[in-house]
Amino acid sequence: MIAMLLAGGQGSRLGVLTAKVAKPAVAFGGKYRIIDFPLSNCINSGVDTVGVLTQYQPLRLNAHIGIGIPWDLDRNIGGVTVLPPYEKSGNSEWYTGTANAIFQNLDYMESYNPDYVLILSGDHIYKMDYEVMLDFHKANNADVTIATMPVPYEEASRFGIVLTDEDNKITEFEEKPANPRGNLASMGIYIFNWSVLKEALIKMSDQSNCDFGKHIIPYCHDKECRMYAYEYNGYWKDVGTLSSYWEANMELINIIPVFNLYEEFWRIYTKSDALPPQYISQYARVDRSIVGEGCEIYGEVYNSVIGVGVTIEEGAVIRDSIIMKDSVIGKNTKITKSIIAENVTIGDDVEMGIGDEQPSRLDSKIYNGGLVTIGEGSVVPNGVKIGKNVAISGVTKAEEYPNGMLNSGEYIVKAGDVR
Amino acid sequence: MRAIGIILAGGNNNKMKELSYKRAIAAMPIAGSYRSIDFALSNMSNSHIQKVAVLTQYNALSLNEHLSSSKWWDFGRKQGGLYVFTPSITAENGFWYQGTADAIYQNISFLKNSHEPYVVISSGDGIYKLDYNKVLEYHIQKKADITVVYKEFPEGTDVSRFGCIKMNEDSRITEFEEKPIISTSNTVSTGIYVIRRRLLIELIEKCEAEDRFDIVNDILVRYKSIKRIYGYKLDSYWSNISTVDSYYKTNMDFLKKSVRDYFFKQYPDIYSKVDDLPPAKYNPGSEVRNSLVSSGCIINGVVENSVLFKKAYVGNNCTIKNSIILNNVYIGDNTYIENCIVESHDTIRANTTFIGSNGEIKVVIEKNDRFNM
Repeated sequence: MIAMLLAGGQGSRLGVLTAKVAKPAVAFGGKYRIIDFPLSNCINSGVDTVGVLTQYQPLRLNAHIGIGIPWDLDRNIGGVTVLPPYEKSGNSEWYTGTANAIFQNLDYMESYNPDYVLILSGDHIYKMDYEVMLDFHKANNADVTIATMPVPYEEASRFGIVLTDEDNKITEFEEKPANPRGNLASMGIYIFNWSVLKEALIKMSDQSNCDFGKHIIPYCHDKECRMYAYEYNGYWKDVGTLSSYWEANMELINIIPVFNLYEEFWRIYTKSDALPPQYISQYARVDRSIVGEGCEIYGEVYNSVIGVGVTIEEGAVIRDSIIMKDSVIGKNTKITKSIIAENVTIGDDVEMGIGDEQPSRLDSKIYNGGLVTIGEGSVVPNGVKIGKNVAISGVTKAEEYPNGMLNSGEYIVKAGDVR
Repeated sequence: MRAIGIILAGGNNNKMKELSYKRAIAAMPIAGSYRSIDFALSNMSNSHIQKVAVLTQYNALSLNEHLSSSKWWDFGRKQGGLYVFTPSITAENGFWYQGTADAIYQNISFLKNSHEPYVVISSGDGIYKLDYNKVLEYHIQKKADITVVYKEFPEGTDVSRFGCIKMNEDSRITEFEEKPIISTSNTVSTGIYVIRRRLLIELIEKCEAEDRFDIVNDILVRYKSIKRIYGYKLDSYWSNISTVDSYYKTNMDFLKKSVRDYFFKQYPDIYSKVDDLPPAKYNPGSEVRNSLVSSGCIINGVVENSVLFKKAYVGNNCTIKNSIILNNVYIGDNTYIENCIVESHDTIRANTTFIGSNGEIKVVIEKNDRFNM
């Protein structure tokens, strides 16, 4: 079985966090990136041939994956291959949909001539043994197996919902139904028999924006393929929105988290540099937090997830926040409920996440829940105050903060590719 | 590059006390996430030396495990690479390495088959950063036969475990005393040498023919008036960790910002084998002050002025003070540890107390069973 990992999406609901990186390359849990979870699942499941399909802002992602050394995916045969869209003699097109992206890489799959193809997406946090799913697929003599999990009925209309008979055979499939009749949601993880997938992709190749959930699965259903639902009941978190991303990080802090990174079994691998340990100073205070390697902490940190190489200066107080790699927090700065991306510099005496909540004037569907979001490489000057539901991206100067205050719901977006 | 590297990592001595039972000194964990040999290896790599031999003998398990892949120091190359030489029985030889010179002699084909004109030799138990190219340039400029890198200690330091040198005004070494009982000099050899490859082969073969086996006594001391042996001054941080006391002090040095900045923030970097460990976790009740904490640690208690290596677990209500906790140690609840070095992979039972003193650091080895989940 080979895996095809879809990692080309922007993840626009993560706002300024994905201004410069694709969603699968967004940092998670201190030292990981989101794509580490499916990649680690692959190697832990014995899947050692993985094609990673990239498109949106792939630089960080390519640098992270490299030749796959961190996941032991540097193989003589197989291993990890990054698959960007490419120019063809007749036409050239971007990946226009999930299935279209896979279709454009038929040659890659063909070169391995696999029995089964596993389709994965690079935007979920979970541990799953794909080999068990494959056993299920084989045992049912299935053509297509869809990984599913039960979701609350009220949320079911956000997902592709499958209806099954008592043998887990799929009888109906509805993509984002208004009135869901079941609650088994598709997780976007599929196992196809290679011949079935190939036939479907070629038949549907003229379909614009060809998508697995919208086109390929219904096509296979109409063709009366043997489709089964594999029910998964472990931890699975979609981190597609800022609030769910923040929550998933915060869940790691619990004394015994549901999603436990400290277990010896089923480890999660990541590209990590050889970094020194973290230093906690005489007057620092760190409580209920996880802190990455190479940090220097002189201030106070509560309920937070701190990435690698972060400096938190004296007198700074961090609460309920996520701070990613190599950011610097100045002296006496107070930060509450914020997500601060990589290489951000926050000046001294800044107050962040204060005041009442106001809906975001930039996009209230993205920036909500009272979170302050600071994009990669941003600079926040000394002494400014920042409210809630605020987005900042780029190098900002004190003049841009009216009376030194950016009210709740405001934004300053100067850098990156953000709607 | 004009040189190949040799790292002498076979040694051990009784001054390491119980810490030496488990591993060679070169494999001693340093500063939370490194091992001693990482410093010499990284220096070699950062000096663009592409071919390095590590000579091991004593209890090399930890060391071999650490060196199982050479990619961490960028030695995973088609050209050159990292060679680990342990003693082996051959048609001509059935002995262990009888000394540093003998260790090189037994692997002399490594020297003979290379084409680089110079050899950089370093010990595996020094904690330092050095661009060997600078030493090599100095060596060429002085037209030296051998260059010895030295470090000056302040007046009154006990240097009886080192080789002490005296030089003339041209920095040529005139006196060399190995481990003197009473020393008249505070200038010590760091065990880092630069020598022409052909000369090294010649001297080593001559030593072997005379049944002499030690680089220091049988080459440096013996040839000091015949050969041009020069000293190169090392101004920056250098520490040798081969006693319990100096091992403890060296680790504690990393609590100083200046030492951390020098090794970790300033170019070039020190590399080490990378483990896939999650970030350190601070649970409610944890109180950490002036300490180094490595990845994979879970802390529920009080930690003060200490160095926690990878995967240390500190239980509820524990107090760890002025101590070093080596890799993968589990410390049960309500335990008090002060002025101690806790051996790696150990399990410390709940409600126990271990106290050493400032002058006499206690080495804790419990060997209790632990049941891994």
